[in-house]
Amino acid sequence: MKDIRLMKGNEAIAEGVIRSGCDGYFGYPITPQSEVLEYLMATKTKERTGMITLQAESEIASIHMVYGGAACGKRVMTSSSSPGISLMQEGISFLAGTELPCLLLNVVRGGPGLGTIQPSQSDYFQAVKGGGHGDYKMIVLAPASVQEMYDFAKLGFDLAFKHRIQVMVLSDGAIGQMMEKVELDEQIPRLTDAEIKQKYPWATTGKTPDRERNIITSLDLNPVKQEIININLQKKFKHIEETEVRFERIMCDDAEYLFVAYGSSARICQKAVLLGRARGIKVGLLRPITLFPYPSKELAKLAKQVKGMLSVEMSAGQMVEDVRLSVNGAVPVEHYGRLGGIMPAPDEVLNVLESKFIKEKNYELHTN
Amino acid sequence: MTEEIIIAGFGGQGVLSMGKILAYSGMMQNKEVSWFPSYGPEMRGGTANVTVIISDERISSPILNKFDTAIILNQQSMDKFEDSVKPGGVLIYDPNGIVRHPVRKDINVYTIDAADEAARLGLKKVFNMLVLGAFLKLKPLIEPEYMLKGLEKSLPLRHHNTIPENEKAIERGKAIVKLEHLMN
Repeated sequence: MKDIRLMKGNEAIAEGVIRSGCDGYFGYPITPQSEVLEYLMATKTKERTGMITLQAESEIASIHMVYGGAACGKRVMTSSSSPGISLMQEGISFLAGTELPCLLLNVVRGGPGLGTIQPSQSDYFQAVKGGGHGDYKMIVLAPASVQEMYDFAKLGFDLAFKHRIQVMVLSDGAIGQMMEKVELDEQIPRLTDAEIKQKYPWATTGKTPDRERNIITSLDLNPVKQEIININLQKKFKHIEETEVRFERIMCDDAEYLFVAYGSSARICQKAVLLGRARGIKVGLLRPITLFPYPSKELAKLAKQVKGMLSVEMSAGQMVEDVRLSVNGAVPVEHYGRLGGIMPAPDEVLNVLESKFIKEKNYELHTN
Repeated sequence: MTEEIIIAGFGGQGVLSMGKILAYSGMMQNKEVSWFPSYGPEMRGGTANVTVIISDERISSPILNKFDTAIILNQQSMDKFEDSVKPGGVLIYDPNGIVRHPVRKDINVYTIDAADEAARLGLKKVFNMLVLGAFLKLKPLIEPEYMLKGLEKSLPLRHHNTIPENEKAIERGKAIVKLEHLMN
């Protein structure tokens, strides 16, 4: 029989990392994601799979423990919520500069500053555009259900090692705290040291006579070499943009209007699509699953079909910039968002879509 | 079938766990379920509420502002959620401590004297199961055998000895729920 459980999003991703053969978790508690660390501690990962779970002294320590573990070719991760992720940005930039794979989880809460502990999506820019210094990108996955919180643990590690890149799961307080059905997979065994040595020849696993010393550093003072390092990084990001885009189309085939939303906003819009269809409005939803790489081509295609797009996000308007870049003026793009931990309701976002594109248009026809 | 429910009251009344037992039972009966709590300052005293959805179909939004059923256990929640019951929907409340009773005429209103009954039984902890019984009487979505499985799954092993009294409380709640008025 399948192993199906009712779990919180935070618990699901914790179970997901254990089952995908994670070697180490380093983190520091913060609402609304403390259940990740609590779950890992309570489930005794050391006894179950040998995975280390460690509460570090701070977020800055956590991310640098990830840096160390990743340098050894281990599957390692940390998690936090917005203020804690801000503290980690220097370490993330170093991970980017050294191309070390790791999994990072941000269960976003309202900001700026300590803000609130309620759900928000106002860390989009930080995650997608690079919160630390230097020209770098992370793969950013946006789960919209508890099942995806679970699934993106394994997917995240797989992508991280496939491309030697940092993968951030950009969740929010609502997805982290809610409970839904989750279907669990079989345990994947952790790699042995010999397997790591063989699979990841770049890792600092100890020098052997048959190869040069592995050095992991982001420092090279020779600008000619440093430019080559940067060009190669950009090639990798380009390749990821061409190969790893993920999205979900909901009732898009005959849509005249389109919601664009990720994470919990996408769930709200999914209901708004059903309410809109009941009102006779042909509305669909494009849900980006990867925020980097962004489904720009799909949106450009849809721009030829729909009359307007409404980007719904719990922010003052961050992802909407990527929607506008994708459609490049081909169709009007509007933004709707709630701030400070308030979540919009399904009928609220539908009313906004109607007033921005449908009623307003009738009004214009009258005045012309 | 989709049933969208809000359960709201004081922290400590068992609001979140009642929702969890309901969601777990629904899941055991092979329904789609979601459970979305208020987890904020409410958890640290004051009011607590949880949105539970039980459906035969994939659940779209776990976050809602209109409900088929509101289960209300204190005055603050009455003030906040009376208006969010869909026309024709159900409002169940414990009149204990309520000074402003619901006024809407387009919904069906029921009461459950759960606090009094729990005190009478000398079992303060089954308060929420009495309320759950009242709900299940009005919306018999979950078969008793799955209710039992839900209790087994959501209560920690060390509390499994309380399952029989929880089941009895659910039955008692079904028996003592009272109609206040039907919609006009």
